[in-house]
Amino acid sequence: MQVPAQVEYEKATSVEHALTLLARYGSAARVLAGGHSLIPMMKLRLAQPEVLIDINGITDLCYVNLTGAQLRIGTLTRHAQLLESQIAGEHFAILHDAERVIADPIVRNWGTVGGSLCQADPSEDLSAAFAAMKGTMVIHGPDGSREVSAREFHTGPYETVVGPAELLTEIKLPIRPGGGSGYQKVSRRTGDWPVGAAGAAVWLTGDTIADAGIGLTAVGARNFAAAEAEEYLRGRTATQEALARAGEIAAENCHPVTDQRGPADYKSHLARELTTRALRLAVARARGPAA
Amino acid sequence: MKITMTVNGAEYVRDVEPRLLLIHLLRDELGLTGSHWGCDTSNCGACVVWLDETPVKSCTVLAVMADGRRVLTVEGLGNGTSLDPVQLGFAQCHGLQCGFCTPGMMLTARWLLNRHPDPSATEVREAISGQICRCTGYENIVRAVLWAAKNGGSE
Repeated sequence: MQVPAQVEYEKATSVEHALTLLARYGSAARVLAGGHSLIPMMKLRLAQPEVLIDINGITDLCYVNLTGAQLRIGTLTRHAQLLESQIAGEHFAILHDAERVIADPIVRNWGTVGGSLCQADPSEDLSAAFAAMKGTMVIHGPDGSREVSAREFHTGPYETVVGPAELLTEIKLPIRPGGGSGYQKVSRRTGDWPVGAAGAAVWLTGDTIADAGIGLTAVGARNFAAAEAEEYLRGRTATQEALARAGEIAAENCHPVTDQRGPADYKSHLARELTTRALRLAVARARGPAA
Repeated sequence: MKITMTVNGAEYVRDVEPRLLLIHLLRDELGLTGSHWGCDTSNCGACVVWLDETPVKSCTVLAVMADGRRVLTVEGLGNGTSLDPVQLGFAQCHGLQCGFCTPGMMLTARWLLNRHPDPSATEVREAISGQICRCTGYENIVRAVLWAAKNGGSE
């Protein structure tokens, strides 16, 4: 039987209240959102916080909305809510692609977007998706809020820039013209973590790639991204050859490790192939059904 | 910590340790042993119960997180005198073999049918994809849910 060690519990009723509690307990505390990563880790003693600060009551942080040219996602948004959000799917199909293959429907009912990002598992699907979309994270702390780009959010496996007295509250995704996006994942079985996965976003001007975003997870990509491949694509015509070459460049800059999910050379293969496939999907969607 | 929750329509007040998991509260403190405690790792779905409007895996939810919320377990699926169409479907279509996964399967099926009264077999399979039948009796589970959909399933 797996049970967590003894722990104190505080229920936060607002962002301000959560920040007060975080300031009081410091690094002895962990924020509890859906708990679908934290509670299993507590059962295994991989995490042993002295205090849990439950933010599930802060329903103000459950939203997906459009403000100007930005999609804004509150961090307590459940995976299922994001998957059901029409505006999210309309502007960023990659989000629905990724959410559809994250865990299973029951886990998605309770697990949260912010929890997944802050858990910072090196195989997290959403980390790659938000890296591809070049999102911005909004972090609240005792001195107000600050913004960090998705690519600067993770500082290492299971580590983020969010300090012990801070709370991730929102993810902002810029909506730009000519955009299309997609996500491709290979896992050993339905609902499992990826062996490798790639997300791509492109912004076309005519048939030219004005900008591209490529996110990679589980394959040892720096910042969950493929900056060199993006640089290669910028300003190029969106040909099949260019997309295939971008996949090669992405794979060349990844450093996957062999583990129980697969050997390193297979993961490199996935980084290349899935990057190319995600780019093809993103370009097809950017061109629209008429093309 | 003192918590108050509604389980199957009845209010319960309990003083619990924050580390107590919801599945253990239901089974050990409230005596509601219909929900099963399976893998302990949120993989198998034997412990699925509803928390407010949605099914969750109660081995990965702390009892204190259910404070002030409504919980529905398999004991609350029928109304005491008649069975839910989902329960009838499982009986009609031999949807349970050893029965261990059945409570969780039925609670997910009820949630699916409330949202999609006429699901395809693929949609049923997708809905139960986070739940494991150790007898591998998925075919009859899918038939049972489809039977329930055709026989008053959306009630």
